[in-house]
Formats: sequence, C-alpha cells, structure tokens
Amino acid sequence: MIAPPPLLTVKDLRVRRGGVRVLEIPSLVVEEGTIHSLIGPNGGGKTTLLQTLACLIRAEDGEFFFRGEKVSSSHGLLQYRRRLAMVFQEPLLFDTTVFENVASGLKIRGMDRSEIEKRVKQNLQRFGISHLMDRSARKLSGGEAQRVALARAMAIQPEILFLDEPFASLDPPTRESLMEDLEKILHQTNTTTLFATHDRMEALRLSDRIAVMNQGRILQIGPPEEIMNQPRDEFIASFVGVETILTGRVVRKGRGTFVASIDGQEVEAVGEMEIGEPVVFCIRPENVTLTVPPHQEATSARNVFPARITKVVPLGLYYRVHLDCGFLLVAYVTIQSLENLSLKEGKEIVASFKATAIHVIQKTKKSEPQPSLSGQKNSSVARA
Amino acid sequence: MDLILEGILKAFHLLFTLDPEVLGITLLSLQVSGTATLISLFIGISIGTLVALTEFPGRRLVVSLINTGMGLPPVVVGLFVTIFLWRNGPLGFLEILYTPAAMIVAQAVIATPIVMGITLAAIQALPKKLRLQILALGATRLQMVWILVKEARLPLLAGVMAGFGGVISEVGASIMVGGNIKGYSRVLTTATVMETSRGNFDVAIALGIILLLLAYFINLVLTHIQQRERPR
Repeated sequence: MIAPPPLLTVKDLRVRRGGVRVLEIPSLVVEEGTIHSLIGPNGGGKTTLLQTLACLIRAEDGEFFFRGEKVSSSHGLLQYRRRLAMVFQEPLLFDTTVFENVASGLKIRGMDRSEIEKRVKQNLQRFGISHLMDRSARKLSGGEAQRVALARAMAIQPEILFLDEPFASLDPPTRESLMEDLEKILHQTNTTTLFATHDRMEALRLSDRIAVMNQGRILQIGPPEEIMNQPRDEFIASFVGVETILTGRVVRKGRGTFVASIDGQEVEAVGEMEIGEPVVFCIRPENVTLTVPPHQEATSARNVFPARITKVVPLGLYYRVHLDCGFLLVAYVTIQSLENLSLKEGKEIVASFKATAIHVIQKTKKSEPQPSLSGQKNSSVARA
Repeated sequence: MDLILEGILKAFHLLFTLDPEVLGITLLSLQVSGTATLISLFIGISIGTLVALTEFPGRRLVVSLINTGMGLPPVVVGLFVTIFLWRNGPLGFLEILYTPAAMIVAQAVIATPIVMGITLAAIQALPKKLRLQILALGATRLQMVWILVKEARLPLLAGVMAGFGGVISEVGASIMVGGNIKGYSRVLTTATVMETSRGNFDVAIALGIILLLLAYFINLVLTHIQQRERPR
C-alpha cells in the first residue's frame, strides 16, 4: 500500500455488558484530520463506542487498528492511551489549580517542567482561560470548568480526541461560545475527533461526517448534508429533525415523478416508484412556504394545499407552525413573516412545498434495499 | 463547688507552669497515639484503597467487616493484644507487654479499621468516571491510585483525625497492655482514671483539659473538611 492507512479502522467490534450486547460495529473508518460525530439517543451506544476505542472498556470480540497497527488490550495499551485524549460530559477536574489540571496529562507522561509550562499556557490561552490559571478548580463555573477539561485534553496534543457530550450540561450561550472556540481549535490543530452528542445541531456544525447510532449500531454514516437530506429510515429522519413524516401509497406515476395519496390528499414527489407501493415522505419544515390566500404568489411548487393553523410554537429566532391540510404538516417561519402574515391559531392559509423538497423513503422490503437494517432488527430482538 | 473551682484553678496552674509530670504524660500520649495512627495510615489507606478499587467475590462481607471494625471496643482489643503478647502467648517472645510499644500495637489495631473504613468511603465517593478520565489521561494503574488518593486527601485527613481522636481518648486497651506505669507507660487517659480514683481532682482536671483541647482541635479540622466544596 502506498497511501498511509487510515488513522482508525474498526472491524467487527462487539461489546457485551451484563450479558446484553450493547455495541456492534461491523466497520468504521476514521481518516486523519476529520471530525466524526456520533449522534443518537441516550443508550444508543455512543459512549460505549468511545470508551471501547479509548481502551477503557474491553471489547468482547473484534479488533481495531490505529495507524494500521492493531490495538491490543494486553500489550502496548499504555502507549496507545497516551496518544489519545478524552473529555466527558462532566469536567472531572482534579482538586487543585487550573494550571495543575491542564498540566496533569503532561505530568503523567513525565514531561519536563519548562515544556509543561509552555504547553499549559498555550492551551489556557487558546481556550481563553489564562486569567484562571491560579484559580482553584473548585471555584469555576460550569463553562469554565469544561474549558479547563478541554484544555487538559488538548495539552496532550492527542492524535485522536474523543469527546463524550462535552457540552450537554452547559446552558445555551455558554455552549455556543465554547463550541465556537473548540471548532476553531480543532481545525487549527487538525485534530482527528470523534464527537458523541445527542444534539444534531452540534453535530451538523462540527463534523465532516455524521454517524447515527441506535441500539449499539451505526444506522447511517455520511457527510452531514447526506444524513440531513437523505435519512435512510424513519428513525433517522425523526432524529435528525425532519418534523414532518408522512406515510402513504403511490397512486400515479409520471416521468421521474410520482403522486402518492396521503390521508386523502395527493402529494407529488420525485422518484421512480410503482403504483401501490407504500412510501414515507420526509419534509423539512424550512422547505414549507406559507402564503395568505388572496395574494398568492406564483410558485413553482407542485404541492399547494389550503391549510388551517393548529398551533404556533415560538423557538427563539423563528416559530414552528403546525398545520392541518388533510395531513399534518410543520413549517418554520421567521418572526417577521409571522407578523406580516399575521399567523395565529385557527387562521386559514396556503402551504406549499416543492416536489424536490421531499425526501422519499421506500418502505418495501422485497428488494432488501438496506440488508444491514432489516437484519439488525431481528438480531437485536433475538438477543434482548 | 469549691472542689471544682479549686480543681480548675490548680489545673491551670499545672498547665501554665508546665508541670514536668503532666508534660511528660502529654508527650508520651502524643507519641504513642501519633505512632499508632501513622502505622494505621499505612495499613488502612493501602487496604482501604485496594478494597475500594477492586471487585472480588465476598467484597460486601469484607466491607461490612471493616465497618464493624471501626467500632471495635478498646477493651476487647486490649484483651486480645494482652493474650498475644503474654509471656507464653504467640508473640510473647517480643517481650513488649506493659511497654509503650504494646500500647502502640493495641492503638494501631483500634485505629486501622477506622482509617480503612474512611479511606474506603472516601475513594468510593469520588465520581466513578474520574478513574476513566485518569486512565484516559495516560496514567498507569499506580499513577491512577496515587491521583485518586490525592483527590480524596481531605476526607482521608478526616480519617487520620478520626483515627487519632479514637486512640488518644481510648483508655481500656492502654491500661491493659501498658499497665499505667509512672513515667513509663502512663498516658493522659490512664492517668486521668488513676488521679480521679485517688481524689487528685486538680491533676485529673488538668489532664482532662488537655484532652478536651485536643478533641476541639480535631473537630475544628473535621468541620473545615466537611464544609468544603467539591470541584466540578
């Protein structure tokens, strides 16, 4: 091989806990310098995967390779652990000063004092906490403490960084500013990162690739746009934030398009489908346009439905509008459009969306489009 | 009332003039109990940490035994240490019965489970993930144990204080294995018992005040530890 091996390669990794299989990863490749997000609900196996790859949990079966070399829990374990760093949801700081905390990984490695001081100061500065250097770790706010934890990890100059929901217990403004800094630092240092989170916005923002996990398996992995726009199944769709998921059956087909009946309404989408086939439509709320009937603008949207507003939920910068147009539809509007169109509960309006804005999930299992998925459901039931 | 008042006045006189006998008794007390506590620290902290960090069958039994040991009655310890150190007992060849060495042994036996129990609790009270974090920082097993002990240092100090407080105020075992020999194995508690039974209340009160001061100091440290915050 001429090209260097990927930084991390996982093969058939399986972890069992208390007799129950909690992780099963047939394969996973992490290229150097990339940021991978693991998203999924709690208990989906994200933490287990990170801890297994950090050799903090023993795998029951399978193997993984770091720079092409097999990582074994029997020998070379310490050397491997010294090339990685991990940050947990809790800062887990030591009861000493901020400086000593950031220095701890380096002290463990027996680095000399002047080098430690250099690296600690560099990382304190990167994370904007130089002024806290002599402060006791006991007297920090949640955000400051997590910054110290991240600085401690980065001071090691890890070849791979594992982040296990590092922002989960921070309030939104603190999380926002920390994420911004971390993003910058990870890109500057070109640190390969595996980042577990249950927040899809965090994942979208930070990662080159997203892996959706549930029940100890990776359901889909790919670039963020692919996961967001082409979720492979309903679970992924609901998890990555497609608010409208409709199920129906194909009633007509045209050239490259088809029409499906959904709760009595006809909706047009793009794709080749056979009549009578069951389909699932995912419509992202930002792709739904709302207009008030008299002033209807010319629209290229094929799907135009009169609708009644059933609920308006404020979400900070925009509003989520729930609509009843024979089927239930969710749209996002800005505060300004909400006011301009004077949208409120009970109002009759028109909702439209393009045929291309619909992501279609095929429900048929005849051709086994996702063998790993259908196989997974059976096996997980069998093992539970 | 006169008896008490006179006793207290005389006691302070003894304290402030640094009466050689009272001073000698106090120093021996500190020496014996201090040494016993030090021994109990080595044994208690190492075994306490080991039990806290390892899983093995029968662990619950061991933990409950340690906790029971924290309330070991000193006279029972005195009895068994006496039997062991008796001329023809298993350790009779050491010939240390009725010496300060025997008192150190007895007091160490009393203090060790106290230190061990508190160490066990202190290490277990640390967040479980802290161990993973330390390993993820690249620590060897030994480095991890050392860092954990350092993290638990304040509760461990509480263990030291509790152990020391337990043995310095203990009288049963000391009198049984030390014999309360004047100028040789007489400590604060045994002397107080003796002076009281003789009606020398002034000396007994002076010794009592010293014991109270020590107790106060110990509690001051313990309170300080109790009131601190944990790092995030």
